[in-house]
Amino acid sequence: MTLAAHVVVQRGSLHLDVDLTVADGEVLAVLGPNGAGKSTLLRVLAGLLPPDGGRVALDGDTVWDEGRAHVPAHDRSLGMVFQDHLLFPHLSVTENVAFGLRTRGVRRAEARSAADGWLDRVGLVGLGDRRPGELSGGQAQRAALARALVVDPRLLLLDEPLSALDARTRLTVRAELRRHLAEFPGSAVLVSHDPVDAMALADRVVVVEEGRVVQTGTPAEVARRPRTDYVARLVGLVLLPGAATGTSVALDGGGVVSIGEETTGPVFVAVRPASVALYLERPTGSPRNVWPVRLVAATPHGSEVRCDLAGEVPLTADVTATSFAELGLAPGAQVWASVKAADVTVYTR
Amino acid sequence: MRRARRDGGVPLPLLVPAVLGIAFLVLPLLGLVVRAPWSSIGPQLAQQEVGSALRLSLFSASLATVLSLLLGVPIAWVLARSRIRGRSVLRALVTVPLVLPPVVGGVALFLAIGRTGILGRPLYEHLGVTIPFTTTAVVVAETFVAMPFLVISVEGALRAADARFEDAAATLGADRWTTFRRVTLPLVAPGVAAGAVLCWARALGEFGATITFAGNFPGTTQTMPLAVYLALQRDPEAAIVLSLVLLAVSLGTLLLLRDRWLSRSTVG
Repeated sequence: MTLAAHVVVQRGSLHLDVDLTVADGEVLAVLGPNGAGKSTLLRVLAGLLPPDGGRVALDGDTVWDEGRAHVPAHDRSLGMVFQDHLLFPHLSVTENVAFGLRTRGVRRAEARSAADGWLDRVGLVGLGDRRPGELSGGQAQRAALARALVVDPRLLLLDEPLSALDARTRLTVRAELRRHLAEFPGSAVLVSHDPVDAMALADRVVVVEEGRVVQTGTPAEVARRPRTDYVARLVGLVLLPGAATGTSVALDGGGVVSIGEETTGPVFVAVRPASVALYLERPTGSPRNVWPVRLVAATPHGSEVRCDLAGEVPLTADVTATSFAELGLAPGAQVWASVKAADVTVYTR
Repeated sequence: MRRARRDGGVPLPLLVPAVLGIAFLVLPLLGLVVRAPWSSIGPQLAQQEVGSALRLSLFSASLATVLSLLLGVPIAWVLARSRIRGRSVLRALVTVPLVLPPVVGGVALFLAIGRTGILGRPLYEHLGVTIPFTTTAVVVAETFVAMPFLVISVEGALRAADARFEDAAATLGADRWTTFRRVTLPLVAPGVAAGAVLCWARALGEFGATITFAGNFPGTTQTMPLAVYLALQRDPEAAIVLSLVLLAVSLGTLLLLRDRWLSRSTVG
């Protein structure tokens, strides 16, 4: 049960060209900003949108190949969960879940009992007779998951399944979804713009920006070594591209960063905002990475204040609310920022 | 208080024509009710001619509505969902009967399926079937005139319905026909019902195309509107009674539609 796809779509300003493979039992997260073509990609995989080129194969069966194979959505073995659940409003919850079985010729009573079994599994015991409108957002999304999984699909597609839920519901549904995905034997593709969802649910993450794959890796790899500004910002790092010689990196944007270990060639320097220290006077002593910067914006962030800094080296610093007050900082202030060479992460571009 | 006055206040240049207009619309109906021979209404309705006209009207309008549903809902689906070319031309053609004078519609039906019409001649010569001046002709004329109301109503409902439900059905293994039956049609059912009521009301009141294409034979083609027109020339009281019946039916239709039509237009 594997998915292998090369999807090309030209639609207005969107030029999508993406290669994907998802192994048996693997959950792949497609992470990207809005408008990157994530949902378009998912619709092509589902068979709801004919692509302009490429090939989609499920378990070695080609379901789309320009001019040669075109298996419509209803003949593909798949389940799909949509952002706003899309439960049929005119059917009861049980009838919704049984829908996929009924269209595949399962007898009514059998389909209903299978549907009720799945409602039990997703924690909706006794709600089968309700209409979708009588469910909470979290309950509706659980029912939608049951509806997609009841037919034992080979491929499960999840289009922003958690983003319509409120913060508290989101946590519990995410944990449940994680459990169901772990039990799911087929391939799963999750589309999200939220790194937390992607990191929590996926075995592998593909980052798509402007229709292209810009990074692939395990959630931990992507979180530790982002390759684009977008991902870096999502995982809370500042990304500085440059060229390394020995223990210093000449940044593309100007400025030099000292690093802990020797390397050469084009690299990314990743800086955690928590490791950036701010001083009113130029610090004397050990730190070699000291830059004059201007405080552009300060946003309270839990017990800390996130400071956006402009200067030769653009940085973000997280300082405690106490030290922010003690330093008497305000937007526009000229300060010195410093990072220990041992605290920056360097990896090849 | 100030708010209430602002909401309720109507500028004089709008108020006067509005009142005149309302009077103009209501007065004739009031006249019908006031001048109705209430004492003789029972015997009038019991007349055999009235009964048969009423029965024929209800029967043919209902049959025309069923025909319109069978043909019109698929037309609406094609107009709203398919990607075939020339849909705007198709929509214009289908809705022509809405604006066509009904008499012209009757003449056109003659040329198409009259005994010498383009389709009527082979029908007559090979199968011996004649359509004009029969009850069939009444149903055909009413369907021709009333079906566009249903098509427009259902197409609007289809466009307003979220097509992503159909995507969801497709991912659940439903082909397009199953999707239409199990998802699309139930979703637009209120729109179909409203369209059917509108279509039925239009068919019930049909006059021009019917008298042209089907004639005015009591018992076979004389519907209520035809009977009213005929009665007006020899027995005005009977005409008023028949008109009252049609008015009652129209008001009933309006009440049926109230939730969907009037409330929507006030909300929207």
